[in-house]
Parts: sequence; structure tokens; C-alpha cells
Amino acid sequence: MILGLYNYWIVIVLMMIGFYIMIAHGNLIKKIIGLNIFQTSVFIFYITIGKVDGGTAPILADGITRYSNPLPHVLILTAIVVGIATTALALALAVRIKEVYGSVEESEIQEKDNQKC
Amino acid sequence: MSLSLESMLQLCIILPLLTTAGIVATGRHPNLREGVTITASLVILYFVINLYNGLNQGESISVQWWQLLPGLQLSFTIEPLGMIFALIASFLWLITTVYSIGYMRSHKEKNQTRFYAFFAIAIGSVMGIAFAGNLFTLFIFYEVLTLSTYPLVTHAGTEKAKKGGRIYLGILLSTSIVFFLLAIVSTWFVAGTLDFKPGGVFGPMVNTAVAGVILVLFIFGIGKAAIMPFHRWLPAAMVAPTPVSALLHAVAVVKAGVFTVLKVCVFIFGIDLLRILPTTQALLYLAGATVLIASLVAMRQDNLKARLAYSTVSQLGYVTIGALLASSSGVIGSSMHIAMHAFGKITLFFCAGAILVAAHKSKISEMRGLGRQMPITMAAFFIASLSIIGVPPAGGTWSKWFLLVGTLETQQWILMAVLMISSLLNIAYLLPIPFHAFFSGKQPSSGSVAIKEAPLPSLIALCTTTVACVFLFVYPQPLYELATAILEIPEIAHGK
Amino acid sequence: MLAHLPILQVIVPLLAAPFCLILRRALLVWLFALIVSGSAFLISITLLQQVLASGTISYDLGGWSPPWGIEYRIDKLSAYLLLIISAISTVVLLAARISIQKEIPADRHTLFYILYLLSLAGMLGIIATGDIFNVFVFLEISSLSAYSLIALGKDRRALWASYQYLIMGTIGATFILISIGLMYQMTGTLNMEDLSRRLPEVAQTRTLFAAFAFFIVGVCLKLAMFPLHLWLPNAYSYAPSIVTAFLAATATKVAIYLLIRFTFSVFGISFSFTALPLQTIFLLLGLLGIFVASTAAIYQENVKHLFAYSSIAQIGYMIVGYSIGTTTGLMATLLHLFNHALMKSALFLALGAVIYRIGSAQLSAFQGLGRQMPFTMAAIVVGGLSLIGVPLTVGFVSKWYLILATIENGWWPVAVLILLGSLLAIVYVWRIVETAYFKEPAASIGQVKEAPLAFLVPVWVLVAANIYFGIDTRLSIQVAQAASQSLFGVAP
Repeated sequence: MILGLYNYWIVIVLMMIGFYIMIAHGNLIKKIIGLNIFQTSVFIFYITIGKVDGGTAPILADGITRYSNPLPHVLILTAIVVGIATTALALALAVRIKEVYGSVEESEIQEKDNQKC
Repeated sequence: MSLSLESMLQLCIILPLLTTAGIVATGRHPNLREGVTITASLVILYFVINLYNGLNQGESISVQWWQLLPGLQLSFTIEPLGMIFALIASFLWLITTVYSIGYMRSHKEKNQTRFYAFFAIAIGSVMGIAFAGNLFTLFIFYEVLTLSTYPLVTHAGTEKAKKGGRIYLGILLSTSIVFFLLAIVSTWFVAGTLDFKPGGVFGPMVNTAVAGVILVLFIFGIGKAAIMPFHRWLPAAMVAPTPVSALLHAVAVVKAGVFTVLKVCVFIFGIDLLRILPTTQALLYLAGATVLIASLVAMRQDNLKARLAYSTVSQLGYVTIGALLASSSGVIGSSMHIAMHAFGKITLFFCAGAILVAAHKSKISEMRGLGRQMPITMAAFFIASLSIIGVPPAGGTWSKWFLLVGTLETQQWILMAVLMISSLLNIAYLLPIPFHAFFSGKQPSSGSVAIKEAPLPSLIALCTTTVACVFLFVYPQPLYELATAILEIPEIAHGK
Repeated sequence: MLAHLPILQVIVPLLAAPFCLILRRALLVWLFALIVSGSAFLISITLLQQVLASGTISYDLGGWSPPWGIEYRIDKLSAYLLLIISAISTVVLLAARISIQKEIPADRHTLFYILYLLSLAGMLGIIATGDIFNVFVFLEISSLSAYSLIALGKDRRALWASYQYLIMGTIGATFILISIGLMYQMTGTLNMEDLSRRLPEVAQTRTLFAAFAFFIVGVCLKLAMFPLHLWLPNAYSYAPSIVTAFLAATATKVAIYLLIRFTFSVFGISFSFTALPLQTIFLLLGLLGIFVASTAAIYQENVKHLFAYSSIAQIGYMIVGYSIGTTTGLMATLLHLFNHALMKSALFLALGAVIYRIGSAQLSAFQGLGRQMPFTMAAIVVGGLSLIGVPLTVGFVSKWYLILATIENGWWPVAVLILLGSLLAIVYVWRIVETAYFKEPAASIGQVKEAPLAFLVPVWVLVAANIYFGIDTRLSIQVAQAASQSLFGVAP
């Protein structure tokens, strides 16, 4: 039961790790890394859904009757692209923040904003 | 001009708004601007009198505008109670305009164009309230009236005006949004209609507990009726220029409040239902308490306008009592009191304004001996006081008489006592002012500056309203007929 | 051509966005974006007419029939939302050219329009599509462009606000993605129509409960429901004024659309309102949101912040209406969706005009503006009155239905609380009014002129709409009622 569904366990563990990093860490880059881990866990989840026991790649060939479901894999390609775009944007923002604030630490940024006010 | 009565009715509401545009357009030329205002008020008075004649001839006049929300239409109907209110308001608009020309110019107020513009909007919304065919229409104009009078109240633009305006708007908007709107939506949900119907809309099967709660919501929600504890806005609004206080806070706004109370009692609940509701009695005592407490507070005020304001709070209590008594004499007394008090109180305010402009005095203690310099003003003040107190030869006599009969009919002995005591208190806080003005010696300090009577337009205005007070005593017949007709509206007049 | 309108609605702004790069000149790009948004508006009007006349439109993308192909599905609800969004977008764009001159460096003007169009396309896509994975993709298109738009703000805090929004928004979107995956796992379909038929068969599985929970949390993050609203105030305050006006009026509305669409048309009413104690939670959070956010708004010194908090409070009203779970309640929510879009776009656009002239949105800078910028301030006053819910403005219409819905349900205390909540609106609106009209202008600012016509016209178009739809409610009520009834499966 536990071993048979190990993909899902990995998904959950990764998801929690990513989520934790996003919340707990004040470094903007680390947050982005957390975000990536979080998203990756969802990618794995989608890939797992598509897998059919004993199925192969969905290419028509003699003697093969079981195929994996290709749709989730296609879907997740899109999601990966979206994820990359998000990461790119987040990194770009981090760079700009570093430029104007001189820091990528959440606490320092907030301190500087408070001083300004 | 061969306008149909229906179009006159609509013009009564639309014309003031057009006047606003005219006032703004002619703002640079004061004479032209005042010309526009006076013409408009004359035209509206003419319309209202025509409508009155139409009503007397038994014509049913009503207009339906579009539906604002499904089932909730803007509609206007003329019935006797609204007619009383419209007659007073349109007549006094004309008088007040004349008065304010004298007042505003000699007082050199700023932003007079804004003043006249919002004044016109306020009158338009008063007309809308008077002729509203259902509660929904009434509510909309009620709110418009609140908002359009805000700039008038805060006209001076000072810190004090801002504070007064804050209380004014705060109380009026809050009560109307929290209680009044809730009451209206509940009525709509329970009764399925908001049309004013003779005998009420709730029907015999209504749960009296629910209707009782709704009544409480209405009485508190109509903040303009100034039932305690929601009366604070009225004294606060006295920071306004005197013509505003006069028209809006002795006539239009407060009367819109008690008019709404009366209208709700008679045409939403119906006096038969009102009599058996569990909350009516408690509200009656609350109104009675308002009458007494406000009178007592008035005695302690040294500022003339503040004293008049509290006196208004107390007099409004009379009208509410009359409405809640749920007897025909009560309703007649209430509706007549709307008119009588309007003329009496506007005269008093005009006098207060005249004293302020001519003698630059606003404290009662400084007015000793003023009767010699301003005899006409003070004489007018005396007669108007009599009307408020309710003794001959002034109109207030009749309305107080009917109110007393109303308490007798319904055997409300406590309220009867309240009315009597309050009349005594009225004597105690109003009559000393003209008395001291005429019979006390001159104040030593006011020596050098010669005090003359107020400017002519103001004098004309206050004399007119004084004459009206006396006239209503001598010849109250038309008013009485209108008031008795309120409870005798045939069902057909309200048919779709 | 007419048959292809559902896809044209989305594809026109989507394709137009990169085309802006070719035009290069900012003026041309602006005109082009305006034309594109305007044509999206025209398309949405036509779509609404079609839907009202002949019922739901189903469009098979690429000719593949659903549930295999992607379906675009326009029913009354989506046509209504499409109209709101494209209309607001067009009016706001009218003022964009002049507003961004002062707020965004000239070399980024073209980029601004591209992002704006992409964001518009994303939102329209979310509404038009009938496929839940498509929803995710469009959600990210609109969100990513929104993050970038916010980051264009002049203040450096805009970057930080945008970053925070990005993190929160991505979490929300990923939650929705997980929910979509779980639903697919259980049913093997992504088509909404198909899902609504298949989900009841698996209604009692834990997977579906998980999917539902992920979705609700994700979408609540997106719609900034209290207490998941933390990203919103800064994001709205530091974004360029035009962006604030556009996003405040549209972005959260789209999220509310998603909430309604998924709970009603995908999960189904019986599941959505029984699986979790959703009604109670939403009612409580909605009311709390109204009070907490309105109170916070009262204490703001920056007017943009003030209205941002007011937006959170207004979302509370929509959530309360939704939580009532009756046709009238949902109708109130839909009406408020429309009405709030009108109010907030008018208010934020007027604020944009103020910022254009005095370069600040601090309340203290508003001193004496009543005399110096009479038309702009009058617009803010009318918008504020609408926010309070004064009769003859749109705010009154939605409040009326919200109160009616609570009373129909016998929830008297809720009705009282809602009304008390709107008193708080009086307080924060009046703070602005008193500052603008009762204080003398600060000496340091000097002479301030009225905003240019390019601002006043769109602002007053929106203000006029605030009044017009408060007086002539036929369109909004008819559509909101029809949409709400069809979602509840009641024959109109």
C-alpha cells in the first residue's frame, strides 16, 4: 500500500518541502527555489496520474494493448512552460529588487521600506 | 398654459433640478441668478396650487416613471397629506428665497451660487417626498435630500461647520441606511409591495410581532423626525446660514421626517393595525419623552438658534405622537401641526436671522431691549411664539387642540399630560425673549452703534409668514379639510 | 464570422499583444490597443445578445467536438462577465496614454500595452473557456502579466509588492492545478460540462474532497478573500494608476467568477454546499472581511491604500451574497460584481488623475482639491457615494438585493451587520471629502489645475455609468437574475 503508491508520497513530501521553504525562508532566491520544488511536485503528480500499470508509451505497435495515458503528460508540458515563465519573472524581480534595495533578504527590504515611511 | 395635471406634478420635481442648472449658468450675475430662483419658485407654487385645485375637484393624479428595480417603480401620487406638505414647502421656498436674498447679501456670504443651487435640489427632493406614490420613491428622495442639504449645512466651510456636518450626515445617513432601509426591505419582503395604500399594506394576517419590529425600525430609521436618541443632528445643523436653518431645519428636512412617519403610519401600517402592534405604546412614550426632554434642554440654551432647534425637536415629537396615537383626531392634529409649526418656526428663524444680520447678536441674553430698535421683528417673534405654544390668535391652537382630542379619544392620559406640560414649557422658553426685548431696559454696552431693522426683503418675508400664522387661525378650513381627507381616500384613487 | 465570436473574443487581444512590438511608436500602440480592446467589447456585446436570444453558445475549438476537443462555452454568466471586463478595460485604456506618461518610463510604454492586452486576453480566456485546464493556462497568462504590470510602478515598493503577489498568486494557481489534476484522475475528463456529469458518481471519494479543498483555497487566494488578502493592498497601491484601475475592477472579479463557475457548474451545487461547511465559513469570513478591511481602510493615510482595503471589504459583500446560497443571494453577488467594477474603476481612475496632477496619493495632499480639481473630486465623491450604497447609484442596487436575500433566508442579524458595515464606508469616504473640501490647500503644492480632458472623459464615463446603472437597472438585473437562475437550474 505504502510502497505501491510511493510516487504520491514523494509528491506530498516535495510539496511540503517546497511550501515550507516558501513560507519559512526570508531570502527571495530561496523562496523561488521553494516555489520550484512545489511546482515540480505537481508535475510529478500529473506524470504519475498518466501512468498505467504495465502500459507503454502510446505508440501503436503490434502486440501491445496497454498504453499509458498521454494527456496528463501533455498537460504538464504546458504547466512546466508556465512554471519556467513564473520562475523567470520571479528571478527578474529579484534582480530588480537587489538593484534598488541592495538586498534580497525579506527582513532587510521591509526595514528599508519602514525607514522610508 | 394648458399643461395637464400629470405633467405639472412631474415638473414640480424636475423643474428645481433644471433651476439648479440655470443657477449655475447664471452664477456670475447675482441679480439674474436670484431672478431664476424666484421665477422657478413662483412657477412651482403655481403648479402646486393647480394640483391642489385638481385634488379638490376629486381628480386622481398619479404618474408612473420607470422601474428602478423589478416591481419597484418610481411613482408619484397626489393625496391630501402630500398636498399639505407640498403647499407648505413650495410657498415657503418662495418666501425663503426672498428672505435669503436680503440675508445673504447683507451678510456677504461666500459661494452664494452653490448655496442657491443645492437649495433648489433640496426643494426638488422635498417635492419628490411629498408626492411619492410608494415608500421606495420616498426613500430615494429622502436620501437625496440628506445629501443635497449637506453642502448647505457646511456652507461656512469652517472647522465648526465640518463638525456639525459630520454629525448631521452621520446620523441621518446611518439611521436611514441601517434602520430605514432594513425596514423597507422587510416591508417589501413581508407585504410584497411598497405602495402607499389607505388602510396599510400588511393585510390582516400579518404577524404582529414582526410588524411591531418593523415599526420600531421605521421610527428610528426616519432620523429626520428627530426622535431621541437620534435628534443630535438638528442642533448640530444650526451652523448653517439662517435661511437654511429656517427652510430646511424648520420646514423641509424635519417635516420630511415627520411627514414620512405619518405616511408610514397611515399608509403602510394603517391606523387599525398600528393600534394593536405591541411596540406602539413604547414608541409613544419615547416620543413623549422626546417632547419633554427637548423642551427642558431648550430652556437652558442661550444661543437663540440652538433654543429654536431644541424647540423643533420637541414639536416634532408632537407630530410623531399624533401619528402613533392611531386615531383620526391624532392624524388630523399631526398633519395640521406640520403646517402650523412650519409657519411658526420659520418666522422664528427668520427673526433670529434678522437679529443676527441687523444687530449681530445670536445670544438671547444680549437681546434685552432690542424690541425698541427692531419692533417689527420682535412683534413677529411674539406672534410666532404664540403659534408654537398653541394659543389664540395663532394657527398652532388648532393642531394642538386636535392632538389633545386624540389623546382623549385613545385615553392616553400620560401623553395628554405631556402635551399640557410641554405647552407650559414652551411658554417658559419662548415668551421671555420678546418680553425682555420690549420691556427690559437697554443694555448699557450696545450704545454707540445704531441698530436698524433687517433689510427689506427679509422683513417682507418674515411679515408674510407671521400673517400666515394668524391667517391659519382665522381661516383653517382648507387645511382642516385636507387633513380630514387623509383618512377618507377612496380605494380607487390608488388603483393602477 | 459570427459563429467564431467565442474564440475571437480571446484570440484577438492575445494575438494583438505581440503585434504591438512591430508598431513601436507609443501613440500608435495606444491607438491599436484601444481598438483591440474596443473590438473585444463589441464582440462581448454581440455575444451577450446572442446568449440572451438563443441560449448557451458552445464552440468547438479546431472543430474537435467535446469532451475530446476543447470547448468554449458562453452562457449568461460568462457573457455577462466578458462584457464587464472588456468594457472596463476599454474605458480605462482611454486614459492610459496620458496617465503612464508620468508614471512609466517612455521606453517601456510599448511593453505596458503588451502586458495589458495579455492580461486582458487571459481574463477573457478564463471566462470564455469550458475546459478546466484552459482555465489554469489563462489564469497564469493573466496573472504573470499582472505581476509585471504591477512591477512597472514608479515606487520601488512596487517591485516588492509584485514579488509578494507573485508568490501568493503562484501558490493559488498551483493549488488550482492540483485540484484539476485530482479531478482528472477521478473522471478522465477536463471538460466542465462532462465533469459536471461524471463527478456526482465519485462524489463521496476523498480524492474529490481534496480536489475541492485545494480549489477553494487556491481561488480564495486569487480573489483576496479575507484573511488571504495580504498581497492585495500593496499590489494595488504601488502599481501604476492605470493598472490599479484595471486590476481592481477586473482581476478579483474573474476569481469570483471562477469560484462560482467551479462550485456551481463543475462540482455541482449539492456537492459544493454539503461537502464542506462552506456556507458557514464563507459567511463568517465574508462578514469579518467587511468589518476588518473597512476598519483598516479608515486608518489609511494613502488614498490608494484606502480604496484597496475597501476593495477587500467589497469582496466580503460578494462572498456573503454567495454564501447565502439562494438565487437572490447569488444575484446580489453578480450585481455587486458588476457594480463594484464600475465604482472601483471610476475611483481609481480619478485617483490616477489626482496623481497625475499632484504626484501623490497621500490623503494630506488632497487638501483643498475640492476647489482646485472640482470635476475629479466630484467624481470621487459620486464614486464614494456609490460605495456607500446611496440610492440612485449602482451601490444601492446590489445592497438592496443583498439585504433582501438575507431577509428571505431569515438571517436578520446578517442583514443588520451588512448595513452596519456600510456605515464604515461612510467614514472612510467622508475622510476624503472633508480633507478635499474643508481644508485649505497646502502651501507647498502651489497652484493645481484640473485634470486634463483625456482623464476626465473616461472618469466621467464611468461615473455616469455608476449613476445610469443605478437608475436604469434593466440590463444588469435581467442578466444577473437570468445567470443566477440558470446556475441554480431554475427555469426562468
